[in-house]
Amino acid sequence: MLNTNLTHILSEQEHAKLLQENENVMVCCGRMGPMCIPVYEVMEELEGEYTNVKFADMEFDIADARVIRNLPEVRGFQGIPFVIYYKNGKVVKATSSIQSREQVTAILDEKFGK
Amino acid sequence: MENHFDVIVIGAGAAGLTAGIYLSRAKVSTLILNKGAVGGQMVLTHEIANYPGVESISGYQLARNMKTQAQKFGCVIKSNIKITKLDIEGEIKSVEVNNKEVYTTHSVILATGGKSRTLGVPGEEQFKGKGISYCATCDGDFFQDKEIIVVGGGNSALEEAVSLTKYASKVTIVHQFDNFQALEHYVEEAKNNSKINFIMESKIIEFAGDESLKKVRIQNQATEEIKEMMVDGVFIFIGYVPNTESMGGKVALNNYGEIIVDKNMATNIAGVYAAGDSIAKRYRQVTTAVADGTIAALSASEYVNNIKKELNTVSAN
Repeated sequence: MLNTNLTHILSEQEHAKLLQENENVMVCCGRMGPMCIPVYEVMEELEGEYTNVKFADMEFDIADARVIRNLPEVRGFQGIPFVIYYKNGKVVKATSSIQSREQVTAILDEKFGK
Repeated sequence: MENHFDVIVIGAGAAGLTAGIYLSRAKVSTLILNKGAVGGQMVLTHEIANYPGVESISGYQLARNMKTQAQKFGCVIKSNIKITKLDIEGEIKSVEVNNKEVYTTHSVILATGGKSRTLGVPGEEQFKGKGISYCATCDGDFFQDKEIIVVGGGNSALEEAVSLTKYASKVTIVHQFDNFQALEHYVEEAKNNSKINFIMESKIIEFAGDESLKKVRIQNQATEEIKEMMVDGVFIFIGYVPNTESMGGKVALNNYGEIIVDKNMATNIAGVYAAGDSIAKRYRQVTTAVADGTIAALSASEYVNNIKKELNTVSAN
């Protein structure tokens, strides 16, 4: 399990449930490494600001993370974390590698509003 | 005054957090404002094995420990902050963040650190995370049995090139000079590795591909000849640049953009100190940042105490 204060997705079933129960979801799929940690921290800080978005993480190396690793939207991605933004269960945006707070908030504002 | 602190530290890497620990423990009210995630360059290191008294620790964990230690002493830390205005020349200094909140203080410690230098050539931003990486331990396993390039000629470039041979079938080091800046044993190890070859006196001038990186254009610096090379990935390790771009014209910088300080970590502005990777110095290590942060904190503390004494004397009269 990742050492963050975010909601942890531990299985395919939990991933599906989270998408079913929330209209707007941001999932960061990574490891506890230098490119991923800053993104988790940004998400932890934004949780209070974007109450309309469910923020969660998923460990990149668990088998069930194939629900993210095998998405067509991440084809060509070669840098962790893979960050996926879902609206009504559908992928509306995916990014690869480290992202700044400004980059994350720009996507949240564009795809989900505040 | 809720938004007034004795000292404001800008930056929460090793230097800034150390300053926060020292100041808060001395009951000097301290606010640390940090642009990104806490830990700075420290969190880029997977294992730190030469921090005295600690046999082995991840940079992330060491940063977390420092953060917790500082907060335990009462230090306030705000991260992912954007500083929109910095007014540090008067006796009362102010820092405006996120275009709204203003914090005031008597003393500022600039511990803004550095950031990975990028090549700044076409295609670099487009293929970041899609073939271009700045972290071998993070992304190396995406390049199993693939051909990659490592850009750079310092310790990090040579060390990471060797580590990437665990995954890649072939590693080509592209370096702009005809000799390496890395320590000899790193160079020897790379030269003795059969998977590694070298393109010297050359620079990548463009990245190209479709949904991921496919090729680069490389220019020889001596002949100016340009060649295309098919490649699956490029790892860039070309050092760091100090985060001082917003300080030009206020704090004295050298030709490299580094903050000039004296032995007390004092800058050219009264009450403003600097520490860590953003200052002009030769060696950049966690231990040297910690030392800088300590000195800056003690100097700032003394400065603030003197100001408070003066203010008390004036009000008593």
